[in-house]
Amino acid sequence: MTSQEPLAVGVPLVELRAIRKSFGDLVANNGVDLTLRPGEVHALLGENGAGKTTLMRILYGLTRPDRGQILIDGVPTTITSPKDAIRCGIGMVTQHFSLVKPMTVTENVMLSGARLGPLSLSVARAKVFAAADRLGVTIDADARVGRLSVGEQQRVEILKALYHDCRVLILDEPTAVLVPQDVEALFATVRRITTQGLGVLFISHKLREVALVSDRVSVLRRGRIIDTIDAAGVEPRYLAELMVGRPTVGVRRADTVRPDGTDLAVAKVDDVPDPGTATAGAAPVLDVEDLTVAGRGRNAVDGVTLQVHPGEIVGIAGVSGNGQRQLVDVLCGIEKPTGGRIRVGGRDVTGAGPHEVIAAGLGRIHEDRHGALLTDLSVEQNLVFEHLNEFRRGPFLNRHRIRAYAEDVIARFDIKAQPGDTVGSLSGGNVQKVLLARVLVREPKVVVVAQPTRGLDVGAAEYVHQQLLDRRAMGAGVLLVSEDLEELLALCDRLVVLFEGRVTGELATADAAPERLGLLMTGAAA
Amino acid sequence: MIRLVLRGREPRWLAPLLVGCAVVITYVLTAPLIRWAGANPMAAYRRYVITPLTTPVSIGEVLLTSTPLLFTGLAVAIAFRAGFYNIGAEGQFLVGAVAATWVGTTFDGVPAAAAIPFALVAGALAGALWILIPALLRVGFRIDEVVTTLLLNPVALLLVQGLLNGPWRNPVSQFPESAHIGPGFNFPTVIPGTRVHLGFAIAIVLAALAWLVLARTATGLRMRAVGLSSTGARFNGVGVERTMLSSALVSGAIAGMGGVSQVCGLQRQLTGEISAGFGYTGIVVATLGALTPVGVVLVAMLLGDIVVGADSASLVLQVPPQMGQVVTATLLLVTVGILVLRRYRPVVNRRRRTAETRAEVIPLEEVRQ
Repeated sequence: MTSQEPLAVGVPLVELRAIRKSFGDLVANNGVDLTLRPGEVHALLGENGAGKTTLMRILYGLTRPDRGQILIDGVPTTITSPKDAIRCGIGMVTQHFSLVKPMTVTENVMLSGARLGPLSLSVARAKVFAAADRLGVTIDADARVGRLSVGEQQRVEILKALYHDCRVLILDEPTAVLVPQDVEALFATVRRITTQGLGVLFISHKLREVALVSDRVSVLRRGRIIDTIDAAGVEPRYLAELMVGRPTVGVRRADTVRPDGTDLAVAKVDDVPDPGTATAGAAPVLDVEDLTVAGRGRNAVDGVTLQVHPGEIVGIAGVSGNGQRQLVDVLCGIEKPTGGRIRVGGRDVTGAGPHEVIAAGLGRIHEDRHGALLTDLSVEQNLVFEHLNEFRRGPFLNRHRIRAYAEDVIARFDIKAQPGDTVGSLSGGNVQKVLLARVLVREPKVVVVAQPTRGLDVGAAEYVHQQLLDRRAMGAGVLLVSEDLEELLALCDRLVVLFEGRVTGELATADAAPERLGLLMTGAAA
Repeated sequence: MIRLVLRGREPRWLAPLLVGCAVVITYVLTAPLIRWAGANPMAAYRRYVITPLTTPVSIGEVLLTSTPLLFTGLAVAIAFRAGFYNIGAEGQFLVGAVAATWVGTTFDGVPAAAAIPFALVAGALAGALWILIPALLRVGFRIDEVVTTLLLNPVALLLVQGLLNGPWRNPVSQFPESAHIGPGFNFPTVIPGTRVHLGFAIAIVLAALAWLVLARTATGLRMRAVGLSSTGARFNGVGVERTMLSSALVSGAIAGMGGVSQVCGLQRQLTGEISAGFGYTGIVVATLGALTPVGVVLVAMLLGDIVVGADSASLVLQVPPQMGQVVTATLLLVTVGILVLRRYRPVVNRRRRTAETRAEVIPLEEVRQ
């Protein structure tokens, strides 16, 4: 196998020299140098938008650099398409798998290398087994991919890369979609393939993982490599500083620092005076009792009971697709529950529509921002849409009042937009600000907020977190649904873990060790 | 390589400029055809567009010709705005004409003050009834209204033909045309010296109302929200089904009134040719008019202008009268194409086409939204 030919010592597998890439005014990569040696895991660490993914897209031929050179085995190479990259022995696994779900594992692997001419299923299956063997995993070559877990699907993606005899494997935030147990398995796989001489480029923004799995770490910030260091013995705190570019405010609360000193969460929020957790004995602002929502085959939400009190942030943790979406939809009044009871500020809103839910004092920040807003309408129209009747004069809309209201909200929430701009033309961060502003300006008793920082850059995420903490300080309750454990651990007072629509655990954030959470999130410990 | 980038705000001058460009492009595309047909393109265009506007009588003809298109264009625009793709304005127009003929011939002694509202209400109800089934199927069972409304058009036409060849056949002439409606049902002329009748005035009032509702009321904003994104509207507490259903019924009613207008204002009786495809042309009018009432009025009049002009062009310049339709159709295609630029800004990319620029081109589905 070509991949196991001994390589000249000292010649890196990949060398990137002075790579520069800009998109309009934004310089995504600014003179990046990077080397990958055979048998090493090289982590690329950086915040969202630091330029990690752009750099990897350049290496994989998906993006053309403006300047710079790529050397493969010391030979200058031009890579203009993924096909070139594969020919050079580069494989990439992204967060979004390119798998055909109704097809089997073998068929998927074959598909990726299909050329004209006859295909042999038996040969392909043998190759799949060989590749699985190299990975050190067992996989059912005839299983339909759609039936596999996310972790297994990721393994199929890695198999696809190995099937093409890749020597350089790019893993773009591979752990973002995995439960803790699958992360362990992935790391074992990564270690195993590097002993065979492969180089792995590991993209992440999670410090703990980087420290665990990599040999060297390069920290990217605003398109530049800030430093490349050996991972052994590195201080996570130092990496965090490199990554964020200023001493991190640190964890917001002591309980997010684990006993061994590693940060679970490099909180992106400024220090807030802790207002003290929920007022003991105060009536809950959100009271969900034995809530059930029908789903396909089984209940999507199955007997969920939870409460949010004034002045606390309650987190819903869980791997995606375990009923969070349906829970939020019901709370937002856009789906009907099949059983149970919902009270907002004491008022029964079970099965109520959006208007009643909002009127009861619930703020809705749905994960589907573009579905929650009307992106073809203007910012001002969106800001008033939930309360249109308040902006009427007779049968007509009072356009002056709408404009004045919108200008006020835009200023108070620092939205970078004009009232007349269509929401669809705004950046992701500003879209989220519009959604946040229209809800929070009403000072709801309780805010239901789902995946609020997904896809946002650091600055915008920080803003969102700050807003949620401000609500908490002002005595509102917040129900935060997120797949980002770091976010939950940094912000929440309590965590409720959902698995297959059921609450598998409820615990104070202080007691939320990741292993414990992982078990709860996979239903292993109910 | 040209890429399309989403616009933030649309400058006010943009839409008129684009329509101007569309006219120029249409000219460039159709001029060779007109020359091939043996006429000077410039002269032909003068005939199509300018000549009809030079005398009061021919201006009257333009307004008269545009009247049914105002009704159907408005009907289509309102339904489309609420996301209900009513392709059945033709059928609704026809049943409106049937209803007007029925009340006009059955109650032929009623005086004008009662007869005209009576006929209008009957036609509106008939049109609304004709769209009711597709609308209920759409909001209740998500059955595609494009198909159902379209398929009801030939049904309406068969109804007209069945009536004209059966019970309503003219007892005197034995032609397949109905008896004349009672005199009280005849729409009065609104512009002396022309054939422009009350139907035109009603259409203009309806257009003004539609503009007011769509642009200035909460109801209109909710309608637009439903049309833009039903999930977004639902999340924001709009009764999507109710809004869509009522918009569809209003649409059918307006198309039905168009049929009334054509019977009571012009033909005085029902014939098999009561609609010269006005329902279908209404889709063109609505689309070219960017689904706005103002746009509908302007486009309907432009098309009326070209129809009247094409008649005179065929007489004077010996250009086949179908050339008018060729010009209209070309204008439609060019305009629909160029109006994409209202939402997207073209950005010229000097570099050669690479894997990356290919990846950044906006996928077609997004452009269509």
